[in-house]
Amino acid sequence: MIETFLNPQIIEQIWPIVLAGLGNTILLSLIVVPLGFLGGLMLAVLATVHHPAVRWPLMAWVDFFRAFPPLVLLVLLFAGLPFAGLELGGFACVAIAFFLNTGAYYGEILRAGIDSVPVGQVEAARSTGLGRLQAMTYIVLPQAVRNVLPDLMSNTLEVVKLTSLGSVVAVPELLFQARQAQSVTYSPTPIVLAAIIYFLLLWPLVRLLSRLENRALKR
Amino acid sequence: MNPVSTWDRFVETFFNAKVMAKYLPDILSGVVVTIELAVLIVVTGLAAGLALALVRALGIRPINWLIVFVVDLFRSLPPLVIIVLIYFGLPAIELTPSGFVSTWLSLGFVLMAFSEEIFWAGITSIHRGQWEASRSTGLSYGQTLLAVILPQALRLTIPPLTNRTIAITKGTALGSVVAVTEILGQASSAMSNSYNPSPLMLGAAAYIVLFLPVVVAARWIETRFAWKR
Repeated sequence: MIETFLNPQIIEQIWPIVLAGLGNTILLSLIVVPLGFLGGLMLAVLATVHHPAVRWPLMAWVDFFRAFPPLVLLVLLFAGLPFAGLELGGFACVAIAFFLNTGAYYGEILRAGIDSVPVGQVEAARSTGLGRLQAMTYIVLPQAVRNVLPDLMSNTLEVVKLTSLGSVVAVPELLFQARQAQSVTYSPTPIVLAAIIYFLLLWPLVRLLSRLENRALKR
Repeated sequence: MNPVSTWDRFVETFFNAKVMAKYLPDILSGVVVTIELAVLIVVTGLAAGLALALVRALGIRPINWLIVFVVDLFRSLPPLVIIVLIYFGLPAIELTPSGFVSTWLSLGFVLMAFSEEIFWAGITSIHRGQWEASRSTGLSYGQTLLAVILPQALRLTIPPLTNRTIAITKGTALGSVVAVTEILGQASSAMSNSYNPSPLMLGAAAYIVLFLPVVVAARWIETRFAWKR
């Protein structure tokens, strides 16, 4: 069993490849998480405009990306756009797909957060002379983010896991590297190793989330 | 360049009627596979999640640790990693699950893990007094759990559960990585056979037709069964 799934010799041989993949997964996450958050922030702030001309397109946009599998979006960008003479490369495609897809999810969470801040907060802020944008930035958003922090973290966990889709468009992240190593060694060891790395990387976050969720219920 | 001809060429490339007509049957058979896969995942994943939550309610320590570990495991691992692990890993011990089975098992386990958490949260959120009251009327532990606690808990779990279920069910597209002939798989091979992206556009449309009504329904359910504290 160990010989097959966690062969020490193979681990020694492929360790540098997998490690490079881990580095790229972390790097990729550090880029796509803020990107998606930024996209979500834009959507959530837009959603505070309660005009039907803004509200309906916004809702359609969010629902569209909630219905559309991220992998399909990624393949569309990576394999479809070249037919329009636009070749972006795997990395840029991942960045755009995540901006659109995870932005919609972050947007929904942040919108709920903004809704949870009492109107009185905005009124008080405005009456002290703060502008609309200032009230949003300094008064509403900090409270909104705090109110939905567990949801934001849970979504961030999903985004980090989703970076594994990069392997489909040849971005050399952890899963891609492990599959490369697997095809060289004809052994499942690299994939098992990658799975263990993902688990060790994300387990603390999962534990923390589980605690936060339980605490929220006990209140 | 004349803008009309550019537009025509764009339509000719991405919405080529001839190519679409040719590959429509393939995409439709992909739709059937996607629906089969989605139904299997939802039914088995939710049933397993509920079963685990009920076992956890028995409060047997070592078993609960095991459940928490399994749930954590499937919450931490990316679904695509689990699919690849089952599909490429199990043949090493003489088990050769098909791409379909690998995808079903993987996403089923993931949904089991997430739904167990949600069901468990629902069960623990029911007030202690409910337990005490029904036990004091003579109901057994099992009867209390099934007839008093669970109906109240399930109602609470509906909004978070629908969201999670949709997100995981969309993951059936990951099956294309292990040669499942679902929508994306069919669309991709049709695209490489025809050197034209129209089948991919058709596939994208199929996903929207399939999942958009579910998302809209979920939005309605969310407001209908919203968590009340």
